[in-house]
Amino acid sequence: MTLTKRVIPCIDVDVDEDGEPAVYTGVNFEDLEYTGDPVEMAKRYNEAGADEFVFLDITASAEGRETMLDTVSAVADEVFIPLTVGGGIRTTDDIKETLRAGADKVSINSGAIENPDLIDRGAEAFGSQCIVISLDARRRYDEQGEHYERIDGESCWFECTVKGGREGTGIDAVEWSEEAESRGAGELFVNSIDKDGTKDGYDIPLTSAVCDAVSTPVIASSGCGSPADMYEVFTEADADAGLAASIFHYEEYTIREVKQYLAERGIPIRI
Amino acid sequence: MDTHADVVVVDYGLGNLRSVTRGLERAGASVTITDDPGRFDDADGVVLPGVGAFREGMENADPYRDALADVAASDTPLFGICLGMQMLLAESEEAEYAGQGAVEGLGFVPGTNVRFRGDQKIPHMGWNELDVVRDHPLVTGVDGGRGGSVDGEHAYFVHSYYADPEDDHAIVAETEYGVTFPAVVANDDGTVFGTQFHPEKSGETGLTILKNFVDLC
Repeated sequence: MTLTKRVIPCIDVDVDEDGEPAVYTGVNFEDLEYTGDPVEMAKRYNEAGADEFVFLDITASAEGRETMLDTVSAVADEVFIPLTVGGGIRTTDDIKETLRAGADKVSINSGAIENPDLIDRGAEAFGSQCIVISLDARRRYDEQGEHYERIDGESCWFECTVKGGREGTGIDAVEWSEEAESRGAGELFVNSIDKDGTKDGYDIPLTSAVCDAVSTPVIASSGCGSPADMYEVFTEADADAGLAASIFHYEEYTIREVKQYLAERGIPIRI
Repeated sequence: MDTHADVVVVDYGLGNLRSVTRGLERAGASVTITDDPGRFDDADGVVLPGVGAFREGMENADPYRDALADVAASDTPLFGICLGMQMLLAESEEAEYAGQGAVEGLGFVPGTNVRFRGDQKIPHMGWNELDVVRDHPLVTGVDGGRGGSVDGEHAYFVHSYYADPEDDHAIVAETEYGVTFPAVVANDDGTVFGTQFHPEKSGETGLTILKNFVDLC
């Protein structure tokens, strides 16, 4: 008996033209496409055996945020598994509001990069277990990083980006992971700008580098196109959880199929 | 037969009560969230939830100590969840670990709470397996159709300390995480019990446990 590896569907939620919450799926953080109602989708994933949900609020407005919190409550009332909510969280009040709406954890991205102290204050007030730090890393092949990996014979580092990958920060993603952990982050979401939406597998060198650097659980994200990709990130990179969006949205694989595949290959999984 | 159950969830200022309330409602209970110990008397069952630190939890729960002791001494079921379960024991080394000296728990289940020792990641966070070691109505029929116990069922845990009861008979189910620790405990009468995991976050297994609780009320 041991702690299982988690399979986590991620839902990007925006508001449609009528102001109703809607799920969208994109490629490389762009070209978003409508794919369904968030509460219905959450129920379906729950029945299929999801270990957790991640909701990302991709609205950029105050009204959108209100709608999003209502959606979080609607999902929390229907589905009895852990729920992580991210997007636009910048203050301890944002954290409190989101938890009060029914989230078990909040995922903080650029809000923590802009103000790292938010991690300490959030962990102090609400406990590390509910503070997830999310980072959007991209590969860089120059001399400015702190931690280098060999990828296809080239020396590469991973830079934290903001604004959906459009803006670099100069911050080394491995360094940032260590700092986030020491400030009290309870989990790390590792997204890859290079892999997002590509479905050709997680960024294994990136995920490994972060897993090696921290002892807090790591949730690998971006690039999952098949059960084999998830198997790879559990065995090659030692991630604690694998996140996927489009393969579940478009029903290319059900969550159950992915879990079955992993269990058959000896990965500890909750079936 | 009156199957209606009025369940009180104790609001002592800690934790997200929404999920546990909805879970209990799904299990068929009428739920009142209250910070008034006067409400415990009329309830068919009392739930002591909890997330966070033992000292803070006990300090916040201190005004309820006598009322909870009355519930524990009666036939009314008292269900502690996560920190709420740890508080059912007599003490915890958590306060000591934090350099704050000993803090007295509720003492309904003799024993203490200890920290995970070893090289496991702390907190123990995620889905882990339950192994039922004795009968108790709380875990009846939670078998997913596979047998007479919850063997093999998973539950969702988030904690750094675990209960260490004086008497092994207090252990109803166990889980392994570097060490084998109690996942479900109960007192001798069986009317005071608790789960280290969060049934309200443990999918179908958790809902069945909540339903068992409501049936006991």
